[in-house]
Amino acid sequence: MAVLTSLDDLNAVKAKYIDDIELPADSGKTRIVVGLATCGDAAGARPVFEQIKNEIAAAGKQDEIELIATGCVGICQYEPVVEVHAADGSRTTYVRMNADKAKDMFARHILGGEIAKEYTIGPNSENSDVTSLEETSFYKAQKRIVLRNCGIIDPEKIEEYIARDGYKAIYKVLTEMKPEDVIQVMLDSGLRGRGGAGFPTGRKWLFASKSQGPKKYVCCNADEGDPGAFMDRAVLEGDPHALIEAMTIAAYAIGSDEGYIYVRAEYPVAIKRLQIAIEQAKSYGLLGQNILGTGFNFELNLRFGAGAFVCGEETALMTSIEGKRGEPHPRPPFPAVKGLFGVPTILNNVETYANVAQIILNGAEWFSSMGTKAKPGTPIMGSAGTKVFALGGKITNTGLVEVPMGTTINQVVNEIGGGVPNGKKFKAAQAGGPSGGCIPASLADIEIDYDTLKTIGAMMGSGGLIVMDEDNCMVDIARFFLDFTCDESCGQCAPCRIGTQRMLEILDKIISGNGEMEDLDKLEELATYISSASLCGLGQTAPNPVLSTIRHFRDEYVAHIVDKKCPAHVCKKLLQYTIDPEKCKGCTACARACPVGAISGSVKKPHVIDQSKCIKCGACMATCKFGAISKN
Amino acid sequence: MKKKPTTVAFNGTPEQEEKLKAVIGKYRGVKGAMMPILQEAQDIYGYLPVEVLKIIAEGTETPMEVIYGIVSFYSQFKLNYIGDTAISVCLGTACYVKGSQEVIDTVSEQLGIEPGATSADGKYSLDATRCIGACGLAPVMVINGTVYGKVKKSEVKGILAKYKD
Amino acid sequence: MDNAINTVKVKVNGREIEVPSNYTVLEAARAANVNIPTLCYLKDINQIGACRVCLTEVTGARGMVAACVYPVADGMEIKTNTEKVRAARKLNLELVLSNHDKHCLSCVRNTTCELQKLCNEYGVDEKKFVNSYTKEDNYPIDDSSVAIIRNNNKCILCRRCVAACKNLQDIGVIGTNDRGYDTHIGSQYEMKLADTGCVNCGQCIVHCPTGALYERDDTQKIFDAINDPKKHVAICCAPSVRATLGEAFGMAPGTDVEGKMVNAIRQIGFDRVYNMNLTADMTIVEEATELIQRIQNGGKLPMITSCSPGWIKYCEHYFPQFTENLSTCKSPQQMFGATYKTYWAQKNGIDPKDIFFVSVIPCTAKKFEVQRDDQNASGYPDVDVAITTRELARMIEKTGIDFVNLPDEKFDEPFAIGTGAGEIFGATGGVMEAALRTAAELILGGKFEKVDFEEVRGTEGIKHAMYKVGDLDVKVAVCSGTANAKKVLKAIEAGEDDSVFVEVMCCPGGCVNGGGQPYQPAVVRNNVDLKALRAAVLYKSDANNEYRKSHENPQLKLVYDEFFGSYGSEKAHHILHTSYVKRGLYQNVK
Repeated sequence: MAVLTSLDDLNAVKAKYIDDIELPADSGKTRIVVGLATCGDAAGARPVFEQIKNEIAAAGKQDEIELIATGCVGICQYEPVVEVHAADGSRTTYVRMNADKAKDMFARHILGGEIAKEYTIGPNSENSDVTSLEETSFYKAQKRIVLRNCGIIDPEKIEEYIARDGYKAIYKVLTEMKPEDVIQVMLDSGLRGRGGAGFPTGRKWLFASKSQGPKKYVCCNADEGDPGAFMDRAVLEGDPHALIEAMTIAAYAIGSDEGYIYVRAEYPVAIKRLQIAIEQAKSYGLLGQNILGTGFNFELNLRFGAGAFVCGEETALMTSIEGKRGEPHPRPPFPAVKGLFGVPTILNNVETYANVAQIILNGAEWFSSMGTKAKPGTPIMGSAGTKVFALGGKITNTGLVEVPMGTTINQVVNEIGGGVPNGKKFKAAQAGGPSGGCIPASLADIEIDYDTLKTIGAMMGSGGLIVMDEDNCMVDIARFFLDFTCDESCGQCAPCRIGTQRMLEILDKIISGNGEMEDLDKLEELATYISSASLCGLGQTAPNPVLSTIRHFRDEYVAHIVDKKCPAHVCKKLLQYTIDPEKCKGCTACARACPVGAISGSVKKPHVIDQSKCIKCGACMATCKFGAISKN
Repeated sequence: MKKKPTTVAFNGTPEQEEKLKAVIGKYRGVKGAMMPILQEAQDIYGYLPVEVLKIIAEGTETPMEVIYGIVSFYSQFKLNYIGDTAISVCLGTACYVKGSQEVIDTVSEQLGIEPGATSADGKYSLDATRCIGACGLAPVMVINGTVYGKVKKSEVKGILAKYKD
Repeated sequence: MDNAINTVKVKVNGREIEVPSNYTVLEAARAANVNIPTLCYLKDINQIGACRVCLTEVTGARGMVAACVYPVADGMEIKTNTEKVRAARKLNLELVLSNHDKHCLSCVRNTTCELQKLCNEYGVDEKKFVNSYTKEDNYPIDDSSVAIIRNNNKCILCRRCVAACKNLQDIGVIGTNDRGYDTHIGSQYEMKLADTGCVNCGQCIVHCPTGALYERDDTQKIFDAINDPKKHVAICCAPSVRATLGEAFGMAPGTDVEGKMVNAIRQIGFDRVYNMNLTADMTIVEEATELIQRIQNGGKLPMITSCSPGWIKYCEHYFPQFTENLSTCKSPQQMFGATYKTYWAQKNGIDPKDIFFVSVIPCTAKKFEVQRDDQNASGYPDVDVAITTRELARMIEKTGIDFVNLPDEKFDEPFAIGTGAGEIFGATGGVMEAALRTAAELILGGKFEKVDFEEVRGTEGIKHAMYKVGDLDVKVAVCSGTANAKKVLKAIEAGEDDSVFVEVMCCPGGCVNGGGQPYQPAVVRNNVDLKALRAAVLYKSDANNEYRKSHENPQLKLVYDEFFGSYGSEKAHHILHTSYVKRGLYQNVK
């Protein structure tokens, strides 16, 4: 690879590879794209890829067909996903593929010219007729900036990134802009930190650019530890160069020459692709010394997390890069003044960086035109651009969705997500994982906006959106998240270390039927105290799930405490399995299935469960063919 | 998360020690190198017993307790040798909501080991993991790198049967 | 960067005050005569903002801030006495208590516990939160060490001990293990303290706010000996105990209580009370002789002092290559016991097995020293029990003595006289100065004018000086605290330091700041220069002493005339010198 030193060099690479992606009508080429991010791989995309590769070879079509392993397409539910891009511009999306289906599809579609409709996304989802992802309601309401290249390009090929105007922004920055211009664009764009807190990115850069230090660092938080969130992984696996380019821009803006990406060790594919991307960028002269021949230098290092959620907190992440226990520091001093290795540092997350090059290329106005506006006189500052959500839980279309800020939760859940499956009722959505709060269905018309979400005790968070239905117990959910933060507390400050544990114990008391009403007061008192007294963001937000479920689902807590009942029938100790004597045929199946011998009765006579022996495992209910056993 | 030091005798080879010393040498002078050193040491040995930390402590002139403090802080650093069949069940939110607790309970019951432990014969290890990012396939169980998605409690026995002997 | 000379105006509870711009909220409040409580904060070595007891409201911050680490800003309003602040601190203490072994009445820190004091001030409900997760005796007590005992059930995880061990002493055998609720202080792989490279300095104990760390209490052994009619029970008192013992009875730091101490010890029931300054003098004449011999005979140089047993163990663990540099002289305590059980026993016709010899020293490491090999000249341990200043105070309390109002009494003959040189052993630089006073005259074979060696005085961690003695240039180094010892040894190894004689004291500031000294809460440690106040007692006593040079001690002369013969004689070597072990650091790991 030759070192690139001019816009012409970049354009030459673009010209050479653009046709591979855009397939001009006269090219007669076909591009088959297989989603091979972690989720695709897990679902069995590897054998599908191999099968298609073999088919192409067997058909001798290596010159006409390009087979690409790409990043996350965003529709986890339907993995493995294969997309066929034809020279006529059409796109066919095959879902839930396996090797046999791939072989069949290849014969019929690629060789036979006929779409194998029953494998396409339409018949396999609710949009029964469509054959392309682009036509689905899941896709249509989305606006892809962060995910623009995911599922499109080969992330292990820098040329494809360049072909999609990659590294043009850094060229523009280095040749046409002063550092302060870059910061001004970021300020004007209204981009706010996508890690969850929503701090204006431009301001962060501005502080760091003004700080004096013998050296400065640019860091990326790719330690996506929020359970249920995986959009950063999608970018790392699907478009790693977007991150590298953005960090280089940031380095130029604040006057730094070295950076670190702190990435979860649980993301081996992301790590591998980042390593490849860094090497490729270096060999093209787009990273390292004398970038694009401009004399600007930026070295990028990778550091891997080792399983500590708290390292998503900026000061903890930096202590971890320093090779220590990932314990947060008190702020101030803020990292922009005294960060990594004691010098000025900026830290942004992957999704934030993924917006940067696009903002430089398209302008601040383009970006700020999307999203919500500030509401003067209120704490609402406005949220520009898009937000990627990882939709999960009780929802039809699990996957990644990128929507403009200002979209409502209801739109995301019902229109894009396809609603709650199995005829169940949408109860609440949890945004922001263990640091966030729940949004009850009754308030789901709320706009997605950093400050608006806070008004109902929820938060944007990093983008996990877990949907819950009527079968989920909100006390149990609150307990689940608290158990998580309790386990992930660094153990340094007393409120978080001891306080969350005491809260957890109170919740345990409640879900086991021993709660008293004053426990609820104690919970609230502790929660309020922990959030105002903890050292870092983890502790300060740890009580959120409890506070917000008490706020919106107080009646469920009361039911557990006063009635000793779990309305959603989740909390085992509050359950009772009973046999309806009317329906019971006396077949004895349940008695045989019971692991503790709690069920008795004679053959062909109604059976009875001895509640004192019952361990509430539910084996009887699963065995009964007559629907005679119920839990309540 | 309390980590328990291993009770199994150390079986390190001179080749492993040589590799580790090379790693330590490679990172000499690199700022904040302790994490990568520990990660690579764990790649070499599979876990981080006292004998391995001694080499690192001496090679980096760092008090062993300081390193142990790091090792015991991060959940990925292992003090125990991982069994031949390493089973992990994701307890991330999506998986939990879809019933992964039942799955891990069932595995635990079937194998008679608690999450975080290796069976006495060194054959099975069971771990509860944080979100592995395969939420669309929830609940997810991973055995020796193979991902099992949408696992039902009733399927656990059948899946485990594949790993007998 | 802010310049420290700049000042800002802040309001503390409504009152305006001007303070340096690099002050923390805690320091600003203190300047306004407002105390903000702290538990984890130790100036310079533990500024982590972790205990959250110093929570305070300031303008412009989200939630409450930790005053100990939060910087002031111009125009800031600091509110320390709001209901919100009081409620938060109270709740915090209640949470800490929910995890605390609350057997306070019998706790070694009852009434000196910083947590207890705060709980009392804030009127906490100690049963507000029930800990249904762990038991009160969740952690086993680590009593493996002969000197230091850890009871993690009383630990509040302020990490002051870790800061003392790692940041102050640069040793780091204890640290923070695990995370979250399971976080606790311990050693690598949960090894017991005795199996680590702990040097028993006890700095962890004096920095602990609660009863989580304490010395092994040996006082009952002494009471038992006193009650045994067959035993002759004698005690020698280290120089710096008299400079600090009063603190344990509420007297101001820097009060000399020598006479009261002697009186009290006699009342406890000891048969004899002696002045360890005499064997400090003995150490000096032996050590000076050894130094001259090493210089003249091409012995191993630099020679390094050996009277600090924490330092000895440190050297054996961390710098075994330097054990030949250590003076072979026993410490004053051990010389005393050895001389007593040989010379005095023979002279008075008492079987050394019937002598129970005690030393009181401001040191926990001495408990390790008494049971070392090669410390039993008479065939019996030179010293049977070594107790700390704190243990002596406890014995005095137990005996019901009104210490503060006691009249002065004098040490017993024939070991009552110590020179000023022996007195200053308790402060860093003191041994060096004492040795120089004697060595100079031994080398010259006559009078050396200089008596006050100011260059080696003071509480800095490392000091260097050079003295011309006749034709000889004597380069010396003095350091205290193992962190400084490490620096000096590394410099010597690297050839950057060519001192011929090095004094090392294990504890920063020397014995006056020893790990066995009376507790002083963090608020005192952070704001008062204890080392200097206590050392001043010793230097004042030195200046007023009739004898300034060890070799001029008339009682010491008598002992040599009657028993040892000359300095460094074969007999002296047999009884007054010892040997060392190359321990290494991880010998217990294959």
